[in-house]
Amino acid sequence: MQNHEEINHLEAIVQTILDTAKKQGATAAEAGLNVENGLSITARLGEAETIEHHRDQGLGVTVYFGQCKGSASSTDLSEDSIIETVSAACSFARFTSEDVYAGLPSQELLATQFPALDLYHPWSFDVDQGIALAIECEQAARDFHPDISNSEGATVSSHQGIRVLGNSLGFLHSMNSTRHSISCSVLARRGESMQRDYWYSVDRNAGKLESAKAIGEKAASRTLQRLQARSLTPRHCPVLFAAEVASGLIGSLIGAISGGNLYRKSSFLLDALDTRIFPDFVHIHEQPHLPGALGSAAYDGEGVATRARDIVVEGVLQSYILSTYSARKLGMQSTGNAGGVHNLTLDSGTNDWQALLKQMDTGLLITELMGQGVNMVTGDYSRGAAGFWVEQGEIQYPVEEITIAGNLKAMFKSIVAVGNDVDYRGNIRTGSILIERMAIAGE
Amino acid sequence: MDIIKQAKQSILASTALSDHDIDRIMSSLLSVPVDAADIYFQSSHFESWVMEGGLIKEGNHGIERGAGVRAVVGDKTGFAYSDRIELPVLLEAADNVKAIIRQGQNTRTALTHSNRWPQYYSSVNPLKSLADRQKVELLHKIDRETRQLDSRVEEVIISLTGVHDSILVANQDGALAADIRPLVRLNVSVIVAADGRRERGSMGGGGRCDYQCFLDQDLALDYGREAVRQALVNLEAVDAPAGNMTVVLGPGWPGILLHEAIGHGLEGDFNRKGTSAFSGRVGERVASELCTVVDDGTLPGRRGSLSIDDEGTPTEQTVLIENGVLKGYMQDKLNARLMGVEPTGNGRRESYAHLPMPRMTNTYMLSGHHEPEEIIKSVKKGLYAKNFGGGQVDITSGKFVFSACEAYLIEDGELTRPVKGATLIGNGPDVLTRVSMVGNDLALDGGVGTCGKDGQSVPVGVGQPTLKIDGLTVGGTGV
Repeated sequence: MQNHEEINHLEAIVQTILDTAKKQGATAAEAGLNVENGLSITARLGEAETIEHHRDQGLGVTVYFGQCKGSASSTDLSEDSIIETVSAACSFARFTSEDVYAGLPSQELLATQFPALDLYHPWSFDVDQGIALAIECEQAARDFHPDISNSEGATVSSHQGIRVLGNSLGFLHSMNSTRHSISCSVLARRGESMQRDYWYSVDRNAGKLESAKAIGEKAASRTLQRLQARSLTPRHCPVLFAAEVASGLIGSLIGAISGGNLYRKSSFLLDALDTRIFPDFVHIHEQPHLPGALGSAAYDGEGVATRARDIVVEGVLQSYILSTYSARKLGMQSTGNAGGVHNLTLDSGTNDWQALLKQMDTGLLITELMGQGVNMVTGDYSRGAAGFWVEQGEIQYPVEEITIAGNLKAMFKSIVAVGNDVDYRGNIRTGSILIERMAIAGE
Repeated sequence: MDIIKQAKQSILASTALSDHDIDRIMSSLLSVPVDAADIYFQSSHFESWVMEGGLIKEGNHGIERGAGVRAVVGDKTGFAYSDRIELPVLLEAADNVKAIIRQGQNTRTALTHSNRWPQYYSSVNPLKSLADRQKVELLHKIDRETRQLDSRVEEVIISLTGVHDSILVANQDGALAADIRPLVRLNVSVIVAADGRRERGSMGGGGRCDYQCFLDQDLALDYGREAVRQALVNLEAVDAPAGNMTVVLGPGWPGILLHEAIGHGLEGDFNRKGTSAFSGRVGERVASELCTVVDDGTLPGRRGSLSIDDEGTPTEQTVLIENGVLKGYMQDKLNARLMGVEPTGNGRRESYAHLPMPRMTNTYMLSGHHEPEEIIKSVKKGLYAKNFGGGQVDITSGKFVFSACEAYLIEDGELTRPVKGATLIGNGPDVLTRVSMVGNDLALDGGVGTCGKDGQSVPVGVGQPTLKIDGLTVGGTGV
């Protein structure tokens, strides 16, 4: 599907949408279109369980009549549907209010350079090969230890897609990308204790995925480690967020400094620009042009050029995370973050994982968080957790059915160290994070 | 016009697909020996309106249309879907789906239309139940009146959404079933500020009805009043205590505890595979004898209700726990067949692009005999949780968690100070065994629940009377 002919065809559809909007009287318009194909195969207990063929397509259009805005979307790319969808958007624009901040991005912020980002690596496997790989992954997990008692299966999944974005300022570009993953989830039982855990690997390039066997073994080993977990009595202690859950802490930072929450005054970091919100060793920056990375993009969801930039330097907040609209509401300029961040990176310290455990000495290592107990307005944080109790730098036993609580403002300031065990599987890149002290509740 | 004709009209009228074509696709699926096969057609229209800062900010309209083709043999499933409802595309999908099955031959019967199941909501198109101008006026009115309630209200955000969803399911025994499902929701959230503190409050509701329900008895304005009240309570809230204590759950939405702690663990797929903490426990006592819990898709007009599920099975009231004893699981066709039981009308899917699986509809506990005041009075020291945000469960270990957005300390049988940020955590198979009092005030939630499983979201309802649980872990900062 990724040939020039198809791309030209899809770009022509976007142009048609923009032209149709103009014909219907819109003073400005933006249109996006995406087409995605995929295959997901799950094996369970040594046999294929599901084979899913995906094919998704959709178009979205936003029109402006002066400062009034309307939008519409459809999964039907036919000519009739395009006209119908644009009409629906135009009709909504008659009822929305005039908003002086509404509109397309400033022309000069639109991307004009399109670096090769190495995001497109098709993975051609047929159904039989996919089944074999999924079985290999799951088998590695089931063979790992006799206590591995059951399985939710292993899944091999491959997706490729094209996204086209255009607006009436003359911006019209498309982006090809692929995304492949292998995941595995198994159960272990010992006595009355039954636990489940998983592991996965994801990459733009299938050649860079962890091996099916390694993923299966890691899933099994993580599951086994959780057996016979206990709760803890209430206490205060240091908490080490393992890399795979530490990204959630940085996710809360992103929420708090996102334009939408700031102009709505729904953030615990209002007016925090140029103030110290972390200890001085903390450096957080965005790297949108990293080749092959999951969060890479030359432009954001509105066509605004992305650029490498600092968010936090020496613990001081340098910049918010803004779209065109939220930037205008705050009297600022878009930071190229309509639709989110691009490879937001918390620079690591020199300590590896073991060294961080030693540094913590006695405390709680968290490997799983549950529930939604984060209040973005106040920063109050209280979530269910599972992990391990650590004494003198050594893991003692698994824990579950506990909560950890604090306030994000104070938690950010009391970060003691950041590990170099970076998790590259998402849009937020961080190693594990050690926090000086939190409240634990249990039993 | 009967429901099948209506559904065909809204899904297939704009395509060239005929009954004969559906037969051909099904015949292709059945050219290999399958235990079950279905073709699911869907056409969904939705709209959303957002008001913020006193302005109508967003107006969005969307159409999703497509078909999913599935074949099942044993516990193996092949699935393909497309947003193009065209014969060649769907025949190719059927070919892809058959890759799960390797040989053999099957016979089949022609399509029959069955139309004999009760309807629990009207097939009204909610998007057209008010003129756009009236929708806008409604939002302005809520905004104006909510801001006037209290000078500490800083921001009001209102969203109004409506969905008109038509589905048509053809399955391997030739049956054709259809459903037309309206769904509306209105939500008001506010930010209040005083003395350097800010808090938010949120209230909403809806169901399988049209927008008129928000105008009846000024329901829409009640949402605004409730959101403001909740936010102002939280302005006064102190840090939540931490530790194990008696917890009283209020009626209605706190039933999310049942949904998370019990409901998910009783879904057929987890139990067929033996991955749930409740696996193999039918007939055992899993709750105090005060507890009877049902899943009921047949409640008229409720957000979680369905006339038929997404496999064409009529919904029912399924007793999950009766007087404390586990009675059965919620089933879709695949898991029912493999477990040798009847489907319960719980086979649901987010859309044509997703595979069906056992999901809840409206899950609630029946009333007991105690007055709610009596229950609170019986607690010397504990927590009263009146309203909740979201929750989550690990169905294997049974551990669940959910966050209170309005809670109070109970001291000597009285509600005293409001507390903030209280998270409750517990063990699903244990928690109902510790229920020591059940109120006579069963209430269902206002119609706000959305349940996620395997990346698929579906609307659900929850409910319960006031409940007293002896010993649940509360995770606050006040250690």
